Amino acid sequence: MFQVYLFLFLSCVALFSAIMVLLSKKPIHSVLYLTLTFFALAGHYILLNAQFLAVVHVIVYAGAIMVLFLFTVMLLNLNKEGQFSKTTLVKIIAVVAGGLLFVVLIGSLKSFDLATVSNPAVSQIGLVKNLGKTLFSQYLLPFELSSILFLSAMVGAVMLGKKDKE
Amino acid sequence: METTVTQLQMIPLVYYIIFCTALFTIGVVGVLVKRNALAIFMSVELMLNSANLLLAAFSAYRNDSSGQVFVFFIMVVAAAEIAIGLALLVVVYRSSRTIDINILNRLKW
Repeated sequence: MFQVYLFLFLSCVALFSAIMVLLSKKPIHSVLYLTLTFFALAGHYILLNAQFLAVVHVIVYAGAIMVLFLFTVMLLNLNKEGQFSKTTLVKIIAVVAGGLLFVVLIGSLKSFDLATVSNPAVSQIGLVKNLGKTLFSQYLLPFELSSILFLSAMVGAVMLGKKDKE
Repeated sequence: METTVTQLQMIPLVYYIIFCTALFTIGVVGVLVKRNALAIFMSVELMLNSANLLLAAFSAYRNDSSGQVFVFFIMVVAAAEIAIGLALLVVVYRSSRTIDINILNRLKW
């Protein structure tokens, strides 16, 4: 029962801060609420016994992506309120469309049999050892290709970021 | 829900599906509502994360580690995407002094 309560608590935190990402006026508050969402999701990964993913999630999202977002907000001096706002009609239409999407996705569950074969509390697949075995045997080529992707992303970011000499 | 393992107080998988769908919907609404390009990036991150959590949940409940490896790759791609996207955003801001997507519509027609 404790796990279910923990799940509900983490879900409420994640959903609340995700909504606050959209509602907060200042971009820097949005970024901080997004960080809170990411930490709640890291708790979800731990609850699923996926410890490797939890650690990677905290390092990548809370460590790297959040710093990038914060730097961009501060460099571009975007932290002003009420800079961008859409009309109320567009907001209502967007929320209705999103709600309909939610209803359709949940409604499609009715014709779907969710068979579970293992309990995440006792399964060992999320541990570093087992995940590493899969990653470095079955998925070795995608792993190496992702390093090339990172290299090209790094080169691209540096190329875009440098000042063009006129 | 029929389970072949011993019932050790597990969270039903449908809870994860509902939670991830709600998170994904919030991301979709954010993309539709916001005009700030940075906020749209954050909403895209929310959607990516909900998909990630659902993949990890299914992989843990089906006892198949491929799903968690895919989550790892999605995180890699998301990190590269954010680095490039924010660099593009800075370039756009330098040239037009705004990141309002309603003003950045020169490629629209």
